Amino acid sequence: MIADFFEYDFLRHTFYTGLLIGIIAPLLGTFIVVRRLSLIADALSHVTLAGIAFGLFVDKKFAIGITPLYSGMGFSVLGSIFIEKLRAVYNAYQELAIPIILSGGVGLSVIFIALADGFNTDLFNYLFGSVSAVSKQDFYLILAISVIIVTVILVFYKQLITLSFDEEHAVVSGIHAKRIHFLFIILTALVIAASIRIVGVLLVSALMTLPVAAAMRLAKGFKQMMLFSVLFGEAAVMIGLITGYFFSIPPGGTIVLASIAILLIAIGKKRLSYHSGGIAYGSK
Amino acid sequence: MADTIVSTTSLTYAYERKNILTDIHFELARGSFMGLVGPNGGGKTTFIKIILGLLQPDSGTIYLFGQPMQQFKDWSKIGFVSQKANTFNKGFPATVFEVVSMGLTAKIGYFKRFTAKHKEKVLRAIDQVGMRDYANENIGHLSGGQQQRIFIARAIVSSPELLILDEPTVGVDQENVQRFYQLLHELNHEHGITLLLVTHDTGAMTRHATDVVCLNETLHFHGDPKEYEKQTKQDLSDLYGHPINSLTHEH
Repeated sequence: MIADFFEYDFLRHTFYTGLLIGIIAPLLGTFIVVRRLSLIADALSHVTLAGIAFGLFVDKKFAIGITPLYSGMGFSVLGSIFIEKLRAVYNAYQELAIPIILSGGVGLSVIFIALADGFNTDLFNYLFGSVSAVSKQDFYLILAISVIIVTVILVFYKQLITLSFDEEHAVVSGIHAKRIHFLFIILTALVIAASIRIVGVLLVSALMTLPVAAAMRLAKGFKQMMLFSVLFGEAAVMIGLITGYFFSIPPGGTIVLASIAILLIAIGKKRLSYHSGGIAYGSK
Repeated sequence: MADTIVSTTSLTYAYERKNILTDIHFELARGSFMGLVGPNGGGKTTFIKIILGLLQPDSGTIYLFGQPMQQFKDWSKIGFVSQKANTFNKGFPATVFEVVSMGLTAKIGYFKRFTAKHKEKVLRAIDQVGMRDYANENIGHLSGGQQQRIFIARAIVSSPELLILDEPTVGVDQENVQRFYQLLHELNHEHGITLLLVTHDTGAMTRHATDVVCLNETLHFHGDPKEYEKQTKQDLSDLYGHPINSLTHEH
């Protein structure tokens, strides 16, 4: 059965794409989680849906071949810029940006879906992910995005972690917080767009946060947490893709359940080592 | 004339039409250990934030290391330990080593890597605050006093010439407060770091500092701590609105 993934071209692209998003989603997710921005990822994924619906609508009505992944990415990046503006406007109520963007994204999606004469399988694939939907073009686009994400994180790792831990200190020491933050939110938009083919709009934020939540229970430092997050993310994507294919279930569902299973094991393991005299958590 | 590393002239800052700071003329000489005292809401933290470039004054000039602030670029010369150091995200999964390394981020810059030399610097700073055994511990698992030391290590790892601390002993127990002042003394005497310490602890101030400044919208006192102690306790009582005892502050 696993051999199928190498035998058929479309499955091979799915498999490689899965490997890529298993790295980039949890990698960026570590920063998203420690900055308490998990819900922003969720809001952005709904804006991405609006972009995809827009692409499908334009394609259907005007027969202009916009790849929905590109329009989704465009919307996602615009949405991320808009979130930043909202967070600056409502400085004391930064979480307000989330319902505004999220509902705006869903509202736009509904309109474009209706204009394109309702649901079709393609849209269903974008919502919950698909094992067979990754085209060769999609794969190359996602590969390019992945290279960009990993490079930028490697180059800006020090600045990102410094800013995430203590923004005031970062600014005082001379780090350009606004620029780095802007870069970060753009990266988030790109990762979401890249991951949607496999996990789907509705579950993409899970792949950015659940492996990190599991890693957080076990890791001692930040670098270790990044490593564990990527390992857990990869494991979840692989298990999810293979079982999804085997049972003909959209992989979004199986990947998220695999992530939750890993999370539960991590929580259980921590409790076990706590009771057997491991590191005493909560000691101050 | 002593080498002045921070100076302000006619500094004024208002927030929602209320003057927080009015016409502040201030000088900090190299090598000194200055205590900045004053009542809550007297503008101490605002003053510090202006010096650090976090707030823009409404008028007045600021010189840092002889340069007008607008032209000053070398922020690694200034280390800062904020009030917030005791309210940081304690669930943040970073080791002591990782946190102290963050003090070098701006100095290393964007495209250069963290080298063995940097690692050595970080370990030395951790050593300097007496936390060598905790380098690989998670920062959230340490006590308040230990965390405070780590934040000092983060501030001194870039070898600053000036260290600014904003009420760093809030939430730290008495025994650790003593060790904390000992550490500041060492940094000042043995490493020649100029200190500017915002505090409520006027007793400790008079024992350790070389200069005391009292701030309540305007500068009320600027000089020798002994002088400060002798000077009209009545004045200060008026300033604070209640009698003042030169005792260590209870938390």
